[in-house]
Amino acid sequence: MTQAMTNQTEPHALAPEEHHLSKGKVGMSCLIITESFFFMAFIVAYLYYVVILQVEDGGPNPRELFYADWMVYGASICLFASSATVVFAANALARGQHDKFRSWLFITVVLGGLFIAATAVEWTDMIGNKGIWMNTCTFGTCYFSLVGFHAFHVCFGLTALTLCLVLSFLGKMPTFQAERFEVLSWYWHFVDTIWIFVFTTVYILRVYT
Amino acid sequence: MTVLPKPTSASLPATPHGILERVHDWVTTCDHKKLGLLYIFSGLFFFLIGGIEAGIMRWQLAQPANDVVGPVTFNQMFTMHGTTMVFLVGMPVLLGFGNYLIPLMIGTRDMAFPRLNAWGFWMFLFGGLLLYFSFIGSSGLFGTQGAPDVGWFAYAPLTSRTFNRGNNVDYWILGILVSGFGSMATGINLVVTILCLRCKGMTLMRMPIMVWSMLVTGFLVMIALPVLTAAQVMLLFDRFLGSHFFNPQLDGSALLWQHLFWFFGHPEVYILIIPAFGFISEIVPVFSRKVIFGYTMMVIALVWIAFQSMSVWAHHMFAVGLDPSLNAFFAASTFLIAIPTGIKVFNWLGTIWGGRLSFHTPMLYALGFIGMFVIGGLTGIMLATVPFDWDVSDSYFVVGHFHYVLFGGTIFAIFGAVFYWFPKMTGRMLSETLGKWQFWILLIGMNLTFGPMHISGILGMPRRIYTYAPDRGLDIWNLLSSVGYLVQFIAILIFGWNVIHSLLKGRKAGPDPWDAWTLEWATTSPPSDWNFNPLPSVKSRRPLWDAKHPEDPDYEYE
Repeated sequence: MTQAMTNQTEPHALAPEEHHLSKGKVGMSCLIITESFFFMAFIVAYLYYVVILQVEDGGPNPRELFYADWMVYGASICLFASSATVVFAANALARGQHDKFRSWLFITVVLGGLFIAATAVEWTDMIGNKGIWMNTCTFGTCYFSLVGFHAFHVCFGLTALTLCLVLSFLGKMPTFQAERFEVLSWYWHFVDTIWIFVFTTVYILRVYT
Repeated sequence: MTVLPKPTSASLPATPHGILERVHDWVTTCDHKKLGLLYIFSGLFFFLIGGIEAGIMRWQLAQPANDVVGPVTFNQMFTMHGTTMVFLVGMPVLLGFGNYLIPLMIGTRDMAFPRLNAWGFWMFLFGGLLLYFSFIGSSGLFGTQGAPDVGWFAYAPLTSRTFNRGNNVDYWILGILVSGFGSMATGINLVVTILCLRCKGMTLMRMPIMVWSMLVTGFLVMIALPVLTAAQVMLLFDRFLGSHFFNPQLDGSALLWQHLFWFFGHPEVYILIIPAFGFISEIVPVFSRKVIFGYTMMVIALVWIAFQSMSVWAHHMFAVGLDPSLNAFFAASTFLIAIPTGIKVFNWLGTIWGGRLSFHTPMLYALGFIGMFVIGGLTGIMLATVPFDWDVSDSYFVVGHFHYVLFGGTIFAIFGAVFYWFPKMTGRMLSETLGKWQFWILLIGMNLTFGPMHISGILGMPRRIYTYAPDRGLDIWNLLSSVGYLVQFIAILIFGWNVIHSLLKGRKAGPDPWDAWTLEWATTSPPSDWNFNPLPSVKSRRPLWDAKHPEDPDYEYE
């Protein structure tokens, strides 16, 4: 009952001329601030142990640890490119070009999937071949928690984007949802932006280790 | 002129019948007023439990070499008391008032995300219940069981598997993690509501200070809580996946936990006091019959405190032996934060100055708040002095200090807010006579409990110790503290009786019993599900003043 009334109040009854700010966009910005501070704690831990202290606990040197440089760079380019394609998708949806929307969204999902695949290859190599896990060394502790939480967020975003794609194929992604999709795309941009920091921390700063 | 809707209950839907229907209505509600009341009620319930835990500690410490409870139980009591009071009393009650009042004060119908709001409340409640389930559910394989016993800030490496083999620390982590998710959701919800849903004419600088304080609190929740969540996730990894974050024997660092915890912990104490500032800033002007003195400076001071609260955390860590330049930085930063706080106190005094005061119970609590908070603030400045802190760190002096701030500050403000807004929430007045008795008894009991703690602390009594030897000069001060607890308990009993009696037989309040000026008093008491119909529009900071005095409205001066 109460819920039904709440739904009625939006968006019609709430004096739309007073809405300078969109609830969805402000809410997503707040979520992004919150998540950024969550990641900050893990980045600080990584920098503290691996880059600054460089604890000698028998763990590997991050400089010669990763599966292949080209794969990490390629995966990063995929992820950054997906930030652009999701914008194209959002614009297409806002203009009502649904085929174009589905194509760009599909490309976005594929690019994100490639990124996750690269992470999977690297983790398989690290856990399976090199025997490193969270409990083997401080590097493992910091690496798997930081990169793992980022990958978890990518997976979450991918799930949401895939859901939008499926809904669109089912014809349930009308043009008036464009703003909601844009809010979701902000989350995707956030996931990419965090990767800039994670990439810098883990892959670029390793030259100092 | 200002357009204000007439209070009306015409849009009230049919009230549910039968106990099952009523329960269903409360459990499934997304209404900000019902959720606000649920927050406040659950918070007061946990307040009772946390108070009983404090009573067990005071009973044990009333005499030297006492054996009411053993050391393990005592450790559980102070851990659960602290955790309960911070996470399950302070935050939910304050956020509950925010939930109830913010949409009314900014002239809208609900929070920005009503269902997220309900989710936040239930996460908080079940997080709290999960924490308390540890009393019966945490027996591990190693025969250690019971509630968490590592202190409310759960320092590493005491929380590692090596030193804590049962599951009680896991209950502490998960309970606070779950309720923390709820708090973050509510913090975001408050910020979005305030930024996006203000009624026509309600510019940022026309919002009541209470709304400003909730906006700032929402931001602090968004910034501080995720860091605690991250630290707790690391601790979970340490305990279940064997990672090395906080384990010094495996090249981890116990200090990292302290830094992460207090980066959350210091903004957290401002999360607990800034809404209280908001309550006081609403109560003092109404009972002084004056506008708030220095509105702009009050807002600037709030924002200033919020920013600076993020750069003072290591003053909790002076005793661990940080670099002297770091100590100096954090001491200076802590001294500096006294300036905006002082601005607020002087502006309240400036509001009272020359006002036509009426000493109703909310005003008594507001005045009590100012006095007690200043005492706690001054001992805070003493503790910010590094050499002094080295002497009294982790002593009862610290316990006395933060109880003046959190009890004399936050709890007094909460009681003031309960007496001030109870008529709005229930439609009935609380008894003034009982309220005044409660105030004076609580004021005496509070000073009797926490005042002597400063002395026993300076005499060398460590915090968190389950007993002490006779003839150290500590006996009398501890006995006084314990007697003070009983006095406070009487005050709380009076409050409980007052609430029950007034709910049933209290005087009808009417929409505006205090002749106040902010928008929530333009609705019926209690407000209808719609709050306002139509939505109001305002032209000044005191819309009800404008409506009551069309010959001399505020907006001609602001």
